[in-house]
Amino acid sequence: MTVATHEVTFPITDPQTILELRAGDEVTVQGHIIGIRDRTQIRIFDQGIEPPMDLRGAFLLHTAPGVRKLGEGRYEKVCIGTTTSARMVRFTEPLGAQYGVRAICGKGGFPDEAIEPMRRLGMVYFAIVGGAAALETTQIEEIEEVAWEELMPECLWKFRVKDFGPLTVGIDAHGNSLYHDVQAQAHEKLKELYARL
Amino acid sequence: MSIDTTTELQHAVEDAAAHLYVWALKDIPQDLRDALAAAAGRETSVPGQRVLNTILRNIEVADGENNLVCQDTGIAVYTCRVGERFPLHPARIYEALRDGTARATVEHPLRSNAVHTITRENTGPNIGHRLPIVHWEFVADWDGLDVKCVPKGSGSENMSFLKMCVPADGVKGIKQFVLESIVGAGGKPCPPGIVGIGIGGSADYAMYLAKEAIARPIGTRNADPVVAQLEEELYGLLNETGIGPMGLGGDVTVLNCHIEHADTHMTLNPVAVNYQCWAARRASAHIAADGTTEFDREA
Repeated sequence: MTVATHEVTFPITDPQTILELRAGDEVTVQGHIIGIRDRTQIRIFDQGIEPPMDLRGAFLLHTAPGVRKLGEGRYEKVCIGTTTSARMVRFTEPLGAQYGVRAICGKGGFPDEAIEPMRRLGMVYFAIVGGAAALETTQIEEIEEVAWEELMPECLWKFRVKDFGPLTVGIDAHGNSLYHDVQAQAHEKLKELYARL
Repeated sequence: MSIDTTTELQHAVEDAAAHLYVWALKDIPQDLRDALAAAAGRETSVPGQRVLNTILRNIEVADGENNLVCQDTGIAVYTCRVGERFPLHPARIYEALRDGTARATVEHPLRSNAVHTITRENTGPNIGHRLPIVHWEFVADWDGLDVKCVPKGSGSENMSFLKMCVPADGVKGIKQFVLESIVGAGGKPCPPGIVGIGIGGSADYAMYLAKEAIARPIGTRNADPVVAQLEEELYGLLNETGIGPMGLGGDVTVLNCHIEHADTHMTLNPVAVNYQCWAARRASAHIAADGTTEFDREA
């Protein structure tokens, strides 16, 4: 496998940036990222409430951070890690189509239903190492904004990051998914293993 | 035993629980560190190596920064071995474990995960109705208490599977179910981790045993040689699936496979799978009848 490495700053303004990324590539992220989770997206899409943050060109992180409250609307990080993405796959298309989100980062991957909307809308899925929160916390420089505090910890968070990663492109904007490929190969392998039992 | 002494002993158990919960979250056991380093040494896929090297770096950062290894503080699960002459009733031991869990959550502070299962409203500092969860074992002719804290993250717990195989499915049916479960779970439970399997008993007991299995020191083998052989075989088969670290493809899908079993009904053949992520956290304490507490990294 040829693997390229990239450094990308979010939010992006040029859609070409996403098209340069290929499944399996290594990516390090700079700039600003948005923390989002199950209840945050249920509020946006199922309850129809507009998010009070601009998501155009954004990088979304599936997280519910551990934080310490400093004052009104101000928090400092304690431990920030990433949750399983698959639960939230149905929000992929509207996030891209309605709000212009360009990257979603989580752990464990998206099932195949994410491949087509990501291809059509020019979006990418980044795989992070689930559970590697101690490291991830050091790469988040500051919690700059928080909205919907009543959903704590599933609020809408804005983090400033430095050298966030390494991430792996799990699904690219060209219809390729590492998760699809790994599952297809594993199911073939299972036939062989079952025959040996 | 006087009321004062009982109260002191309850406080000792509460202190132990509060310490164990945080300790387990920050400092993962040496056997797990060794298993992860060995996995990084034998993984050949590029994304798999990237994942395992990041995991090793993360463990170092957690040590250096005195931070949690993983942000998911889980649900607090304790396993208790209670001596018949330990001078504190299990009803009070439970109170102490609950109070210790709450205190650790507030004082650290730790993220509070506990919610009402229907309303989804937060129920407090990682405690609630029937939370924390305690597994009990009672030991004759002994006056001590062993407590093990196993914070269980949701990513791996969501990848739990039960099948009521029939006797005609045999051991082959058990193996197939374990293989299809771990392939189906893919990257979601944060592989490579420990696959806990419970076989026999009843539906509920099989899952209970699977949870006991994930709490064992890594690579330990069942005392029954027939079961130990099945552990070895499944461990090998699971690593042939190619799911790899974080489901991105590779040689290391699981760090090990542990099985606990119980005898069962002649027409039952239940098999339960409970996954423990690579951050397989556990921490133990031995508490003597006078409240003297000895913490144990390796148990």
